Amino acid sequence: MRQHFPQHRVVAAASAGALLMATACGQSGPGADDTLQVWAVEDEVLNPLLEESIADFNAGSDVELELVTIQNDPYKERLQVAMGSPERPDIFFNWGGGNLGQYVDAGQVYDMTADLDDNPEFRDAFLPSVLEVAELDGSVYGVPMQGTQPVSFFYNQEVFDEAGAEPPETYAELLDLVEVFQGEEVTPVVLPGAASWTLLMWVSYLVDRVGGAEVYADISRGADGAWDDPAVIEALERSQDLVDEGAFGSDFAAVDWDGGQATTLLAEGEAAMILMGPWMVQDVEANAPEFYESGDLGWFAFPEVESGQGDPSAVVGPPTNYFSVHAETDHPEVAMDWLIDSMASDEYVQGLIDSGAVPPIEGIEDDLADSERAEFTTWLYDLTEESEHFTPAWDQDLDPSEAETMLTNFSLVFEGDMTPEEFVADMDDES
Amino acid sequence: MHATEDTATTTPRAGARTGPRPADGGGRPRGGLRRPQRSERPGIVWIVPALLFFGLFGLGPVLGVVYLSFTEWRGLGEPTWVGLENWAEMASDDGVTNGLKLTLVLTALCWATQTPMALLFGVWAAGPQRIRAVVSAVYFLPLLLSGAAIALLWLSLLDPNFGLAADIGPFVGVPDGNFVGDSSLALYVIVLVTLWQWLPFHMLLYQSAARQIPRSLYEASEIDGAGRLHQFLFITIPQLRHTIIASSVLMIVGAMTYFETVFLITGGGPGVSTRILPLVMYFEGFRAFDMGYASAIAVLLVVLGFSMAMVTVWLSGYSRMRSQREGAQ
Repeated sequence: MRQHFPQHRVVAAASAGALLMATACGQSGPGADDTLQVWAVEDEVLNPLLEESIADFNAGSDVELELVTIQNDPYKERLQVAMGSPERPDIFFNWGGGNLGQYVDAGQVYDMTADLDDNPEFRDAFLPSVLEVAELDGSVYGVPMQGTQPVSFFYNQEVFDEAGAEPPETYAELLDLVEVFQGEEVTPVVLPGAASWTLLMWVSYLVDRVGGAEVYADISRGADGAWDDPAVIEALERSQDLVDEGAFGSDFAAVDWDGGQATTLLAEGEAAMILMGPWMVQDVEANAPEFYESGDLGWFAFPEVESGQGDPSAVVGPPTNYFSVHAETDHPEVAMDWLIDSMASDEYVQGLIDSGAVPPIEGIEDDLADSERAEFTTWLYDLTEESEHFTPAWDQDLDPSEAETMLTNFSLVFEGDMTPEEFVADMDDES
Repeated sequence: MHATEDTATTTPRAGARTGPRPADGGGRPRGGLRRPQRSERPGIVWIVPALLFFGLFGLGPVLGVVYLSFTEWRGLGEPTWVGLENWAEMASDDGVTNGLKLTLVLTALCWATQTPMALLFGVWAAGPQRIRAVVSAVYFLPLLLSGAAIALLWLSLLDPNFGLAADIGPFVGVPDGNFVGDSSLALYVIVLVTLWQWLPFHMLLYQSAARQIPRSLYEASEIDGAGRLHQFLFITIPQLRHTIIASSVLMIVGAMTYFETVFLITGGGPGVSTRILPLVMYFEGFRAFDMGYASAIAVLLVVLGFSMAMVTVWLSGYSRMRSQREGAQ
């Protein structure tokens, strides 16, 4: 699951992205002068916050930092190409897990364990389960830099009221709701299937609820035949059943996330629910302000599968994003100074909270309760804190090649062009 | 005698080569319209800049890709030589087989739709009437737009919930307007969009070529009693042979490398129903970061495009062709 932020006027974003990439290309190599490049994805909320923090830091430092923002979708490619070249960033935004792991394996990431050991109060400020995702073989390679993003359901309260529906607590109740909303001629669940990472949200939650967190943990470790697990088969069968029953409507494969169609469908009451990350709230605020103001946006956790072995409190999704430091940067100490000064600082954390994010920081319940979106953010914080397991987004955690095959195969499974058995066989071949 | 001697000495070359001339011997020789002869034809040195440019930006990258196709490389660090591994993998890869099949089908469909339409419209637009010029100008509009803009435009038109597709769908047997999200229709959507996108360009080729056909051919055929259909079939089409071939080669090679239209409209989906070979290459290279394998697919595309262009030229007997206008001169 890549993160998607409210920036989807596609044309504007595409051209802006192209411009930014052009400027990023045109800049002189980092380190040439005493400037460190900080790479992050374009984000209306996060970028100003980073700018502010960087400006504060630059005021008191000989070595200056410079923020370079790149559009979300091409970011991974751009980073991949740049990491080994003279155009590399000094500090870079990443997803932790397997994505960061490949750069660590290539010796391109600065090991910040010692710096964190010298600053225990900084290290301990983060929720351990979230910091853990940037740890490899006992060394820390990244610092959480934004909100935690467990995936959950969002729904339109008005549509629920008209149908006399309640948020489901079990999977069986969810299936009942599918029928109820079909009776109301409302698409029960809008699934932006043109973006295959949205399919992953369903599969990973179902695998987690049916078979428990260990099933994916084995897959992540690359255990032999890990994909061929009854829970994976069952999760995919249930997904196909949802498609066949019309839970996602007939045109889900043509609905995209980046265009804002899914949000609009939910806001206009054409659809009742969506399974999405917490960026949904910002997206609704940006794209459907009237719906946001109306207070009809509701949320609930992924329901329990009664027959399943999974812990119903477990969550799935991007734990957060991280800043890592390039191993070849000229000034690792400056980069670390900035990260340690800023990433858990009151201003930065408060800025994240004000933007509606839920930073993975210990003891911020009161700050969240005072925030503008307190109702949602405190709910999300509690959800994260109470969950036993935080399964990272599979596509970010797995090796990119395996992740790509997996996402393609998910779209085949949801189209009915591949059986769950064929899926697991193909994935075990791949891994 | 004396005078002749004089001439011979003042124009030794002309005298030496052609000898005494008939009546106008003192005037220009037959080939005299030529400028004074250059000492040599352009030498090899003259093509060095072009060759360098082509080598650096054309041939060099292709050779680089050929090399990469024998390696495993993630875009990071040094490529590792793996011999024919990528090529062996490609032979048994369903994704590549499917992509190849889709590419060939798409190429065939694009050619089969674009050629006849471009030919008809182009010949029509070549007529002298002013209204045709006006209509053609409107038709050529897509030529001004970038491929990405066209794709995004169509993407919003084809949106089943918010686009025109929702309104038009019910009238053409697609009640939910779901054209791009239906794996049996998505490829035809691409054919339609590329037709809209490329028709004007090929129309332009045919228009200008049709204007070059000498009027005398039509006038002669009229005297012989030929109707307009006969004129079209037996004068226009044969006279446009070279243009048909050139346009077909452009279409076929172009269709081999269609990328942004498909990428932006369907992203290769639903499932893999529009994942043509260039998209397979992109996903392998820039999503899976398997640059070596993606390079092998790229080489396949180059070979395929090149050989299809050659086959087109060969089938059409291009090399045996002489002037198309024997009748006119």
